Amino acid sequence: MELRNEPVRRILMQFLLDHPRFGRVFVALLPLLATLAALALGAVMLLFLGANPLEAYAALVSGAFGSSNALADTVVKATPLLLVGLGICIAFRGGVINIGGEGQLIVGAVLATWVGLRLPDASPFVVIVLGLLAGFVGGAIWGGIAGLLKAYFNVNEILSTIMLNVIAVQAMNFLLRGPMIDPAQLETASRIPQTARLERAFDLPRLVPTRLHLGAGIAVVLAILVYIFLWRTSIGYRIRAVGLSQPASRYAGIGVKRYIVTALLLGGAFAGLAGAIQIFGVHHRMFTDGSAAGFTGSAGFNGIVAALFGQLHPVGTVPASFIFGALLVGANSMQRAVQVPAAFITALNGLVVVFVVSSEIIRRRLARRRASMADSQPLPRVEAEQSGVPA
Amino acid sequence: MISELLSATVLIGILTSGIRLATPYLYAAIGETFGQLSGVLNLGVDGMMLMGAYAAFFVAFTSGSLWLGLLAAVVVGAIMGLAMAFISVTLQAEQGISGIGVFLFGLGMSELLFQKTLGTVETVKGFAPLDIPLLSDIPVLGEILFQHNIMVYLAYLLVPLSWFIINKTTLGLKIRAVGESPAAADSLGVSVAQVRYVTVTVGGILAAVAGASLSIALLNVFQQNLTNGLGFIAVALVYFGGWRPLGVLFGSLIFSMVNALQVWVQVLGIPVPSDIAVMMPYALTIIVLVFTARRATQPTALTKPYERGG
Repeated sequence: MELRNEPVRRILMQFLLDHPRFGRVFVALLPLLATLAALALGAVMLLFLGANPLEAYAALVSGAFGSSNALADTVVKATPLLLVGLGICIAFRGGVINIGGEGQLIVGAVLATWVGLRLPDASPFVVIVLGLLAGFVGGAIWGGIAGLLKAYFNVNEILSTIMLNVIAVQAMNFLLRGPMIDPAQLETASRIPQTARLERAFDLPRLVPTRLHLGAGIAVVLAILVYIFLWRTSIGYRIRAVGLSQPASRYAGIGVKRYIVTALLLGGAFAGLAGAIQIFGVHHRMFTDGSAAGFTGSAGFNGIVAALFGQLHPVGTVPASFIFGALLVGANSMQRAVQVPAAFITALNGLVVVFVVSSEIIRRRLARRRASMADSQPLPRVEAEQSGVPA
Repeated sequence: MISELLSATVLIGILTSGIRLATPYLYAAIGETFGQLSGVLNLGVDGMMLMGAYAAFFVAFTSGSLWLGLLAAVVVGAIMGLAMAFISVTLQAEQGISGIGVFLFGLGMSELLFQKTLGTVETVKGFAPLDIPLLSDIPVLGEILFQHNIMVYLAYLLVPLSWFIINKTTLGLKIRAVGESPAAADSLGVSVAQVRYVTVTVGGILAAVAGASLSIALLNVFQQNLTNGLGFIAVALVYFGGWRPLGVLFGSLIFSMVNALQVWVQVLGIPVPSDIAVMMPYALTIIVLVFTARRATQPTALTKPYERGG
């Protein structure tokens, strides 16, 4: 099972080390290359399904970038991925694995919808600001619970966030079938579980005729703010310190528990905000098909992939989300063009996740080789900062 | 209506279905225990279960043989387990996330295959109940414990078997050593990678068998997302059980009993909204984790890939 002495790999490694500039470009493009590899495997699957992969992927590209409407859809799809991804950057940098994006997004969306429904006559500006804030706080609470459980009760955050996802989905289903259901639905026999549409005045400003809304701009601005937060403030510094080494942080007098909670709290907050922005920018009402993905489109999971694409850097997550958003939008057109079941997209999505995380090994190997080569030189601080996913 | 819940028939019903419903959790969680004890968190269990459930159902449906169906699940589970081992041991990918990828793949792939090969929800005649001679005649207890199908009995047999392997065999010692201190195990000549490949593959097989237990023994259907997140609960049950087969058994029973109770509450028409009722086992899992997590110490090397000199 050891691939250590495989010559091709050694030659590649040596080449990348000998050409540091090329090496850096290669590492930056690594997630993209991994995605292409996953798509290639997807092409094989398409052949088995009796579809023409070339035709399929041509439809994917034109569906994602082919027109201004397609581009706008891509950006709209990328927006929640970016927001969730920003939260993931904070959480992972703090050394906690937040798998709870789905639940946090749902809690944020429910609270934002509730604010919008309760204040039908208030000024749109006030309602939108309050609604987005409610989403942020809702997600923060949902993430914060997992943070408290981890910091003070030693409950693994991967498990608690998974459980909290299910609880959020069930709470959503309950609210949308009962207390929050659209009064108009009560009169029909079908009783579709959804809320009433929010006032049109509350819609986020849109670049007519496309579906592009202000949320994308908010997300990009926040990406820069999260970068400043993580690398230019003392709280951000401490979150990263805790992520790199808890014992060292403790030794330096950092309250490790507090920053574990903060990392999950903020991670959840951005997912909650993503939910709120989906409400005011895209859906304008809350609805459910019973599952999490029915409302979120798996943004809570895909945001993780986007953040990994962006190498857990908030600014890097911006283009990464765009690329991943394109993949999702394009995949829908592809599915329509060559008539494969939608489940193919889910499977392909899974392959992309696996390939992207697996490709990280090349970056880590390279960083370590370089670090060991630079042993005689001053401490390789930059390497440590870029080492990506916490160990 | 609450008093109806306490009648003997209903109580026996809850206990019987609780014992039955623990089956998939037992297979999946005991399989996951092996992987985690050796230091690998496989979060893709649910995807593997779905693939196993599909494979078993499809083969049983087309060939008419339940045992062939089970064999198909074993093969599919072994392949997915090997793939997961390659991803997390050889490629050293972050386990929490690659597992989600494997889950999404299994979720999509099983539905894709289902739509391409079956198209509509069909049923099979699953494993028939197998009354254990004499024991099944014991009043009350016989009905609760000894009138199940073979997949249920095998799941419970897995508990002492895995306890024995983990605690009384060289392999078990190696597994625990690799999970606690891979460097030390390596220096003693134990191949960390080899042990982890074995445990993760066994975990994959048992996850797929767990899926098969749903599709050809308990529910006897296959449909989109048949497991509905059951595999994730199985992962939680491993933590819950403190990485001990007996603990896993205890956790699986609590969880499935609460689930059975929840189902009966709805059957009896007790006015608890179903969405809230479904939530109960999950909330309970968190609460129990709060009380048990502090005691249990997880395998030191859990989720940490091993590299010599790394």
